[in-house]
Amino acid sequence: MGQHTPLYQKHLDAGANMVDFAGWDMPLNYGSQIEEHKRVRSTAGVFDVSHMTVVDITGDDAKAYLRKLLANDVEKLDAEGRALYSAMLNENGGVIDDLIVYRMSFGYRIVVNCATRSKDLAWMNSHSAGFDVALVEKPELAILAVHGPQSLNKVCAVIDQGQLYPVKTASINLLENFRGVELGNWFIARTGYTGEKGLELIFPEKEAPAFWDKLVAAGVHPIGLGARDSLRLEAGMNLYGHDMDEEISPLAANMEQTIAWQPEDRDFIGRSAVVRHRAEQAAGSMPRLVGLVLEQRGVLREGQRILCDNGEGVITSGGFSPTLKHSIALARIPVNSHSCQADIRGTLTPVRIVKPNFVRFGKKVFE
Amino acid sequence: MSTVPDNLRYASTHEWVHVEDDGIATVGISDHAQNALGDIVFIELPEAGTIVNSKNEVAVVESVKAASDIYSPVSGEILEINEELLDAAETVNLAPYDGGWFYKLKMSDAAELDDLMDADAYIEHCDAE
Repeated sequence: MGQHTPLYQKHLDAGANMVDFAGWDMPLNYGSQIEEHKRVRSTAGVFDVSHMTVVDITGDDAKAYLRKLLANDVEKLDAEGRALYSAMLNENGGVIDDLIVYRMSFGYRIVVNCATRSKDLAWMNSHSAGFDVALVEKPELAILAVHGPQSLNKVCAVIDQGQLYPVKTASINLLENFRGVELGNWFIARTGYTGEKGLELIFPEKEAPAFWDKLVAAGVHPIGLGARDSLRLEAGMNLYGHDMDEEISPLAANMEQTIAWQPEDRDFIGRSAVVRHRAEQAAGSMPRLVGLVLEQRGVLREGQRILCDNGEGVITSGGFSPTLKHSIALARIPVNSHSCQADIRGTLTPVRIVKPNFVRFGKKVFE
Repeated sequence: MSTVPDNLRYASTHEWVHVEDDGIATVGISDHAQNALGDIVFIELPEAGTIVNSKNEVAVVESVKAASDIYSPVSGEILEINEELLDAAETVNLAPYDGGWFYKLKMSDAAELDDLMDADAYIEHCDAE
């Protein structure tokens, strides 16, 4: 038996097909993954992502520590509640993990992947020496993501019904993207992993089952990890361990924009390596992560070979796009490749290279 | 709990066969199989006229999870394929024993049916997996 989130019983009650995910028993779907995907694009759905790891960082040196630890620069977080996506690199410029960091009243909060929890915590602790910081994991917090065009209205309606929650709905409705608000021991932010409008709510786990029930009663459908994956793929968002890992430069994973190159004297871990990678990129020897589309029958899958005019690449994430009704993929291919074919079960099939961003707010976004 | 009709024969690889008196067999995949595959998005079917051997790959099902080979439970000549599935693969999820049939075939060896399971044996087979 794996670890359980506070909503484990709710998933069983809702008829979920449960799977092991990095040691946690999590819902893959509650029936049809495609229906769940469409719910998020058309109305609203709720994901239990309480298996993810929350770490709070306090102390006088919290900012200095994170400016060393992360490839993006928390100096950009000029107000409480603001959020930043960043890679955490090793000295070789490989990606240890990708994460979201929020500026909080007490310091900073980081949310990292569940599958990388142990190594992330070990890495973060080992690099805290010399800084006046405290790192505290918060397993007692639940995380729900509520996404879809109706997500904010639904969450606000549920909160307005009950006196249970120390939350003011006006402060939620006014949130801009990548901003959050602390309301008592709740933290609510406009972040997520779907390419759709939505919220992530981090709050005490004992309040999670009742809140889940109220969301579901308000017409917010439970969404499993299957649809979470197809939604993030349509949004062109990377999945750690698939599209990047410790052997992959962020420059080969479409993460260049998430590295804060300025100011040049900020000495973040991995800086000298990624500066070198940038020179390799300029010389044409760094592969790049692109989007692929297959506008005919068939499904692109992770691990399939991509044969390009300029060499060979590989699909890092692939699948069927319920919104576009054909297959899409992320693939790492040689630079300056213009035409390529996917090796789908031994059959070479032409695929089109596009920017790695397929669907935003329910609509196709590539040419 | 998946549905397992009594009037069909089943292969260990989860295909079903329904045989009419004239020796024409209809083939599809079981409710258990469609449930395990998840939402089905594309199906590749053989062409009419193709001669297939039992236990050989005859079709491919692409679901949200994976691509899966379908093995013909019996040998013979393909007479007709279910063309509706080419545009509406989800029919297999919704009605695996009715609208979700894959192909009809003229059996070349009726004795092969003895190698297939009846409903009770197939239920046991699924439970054991």
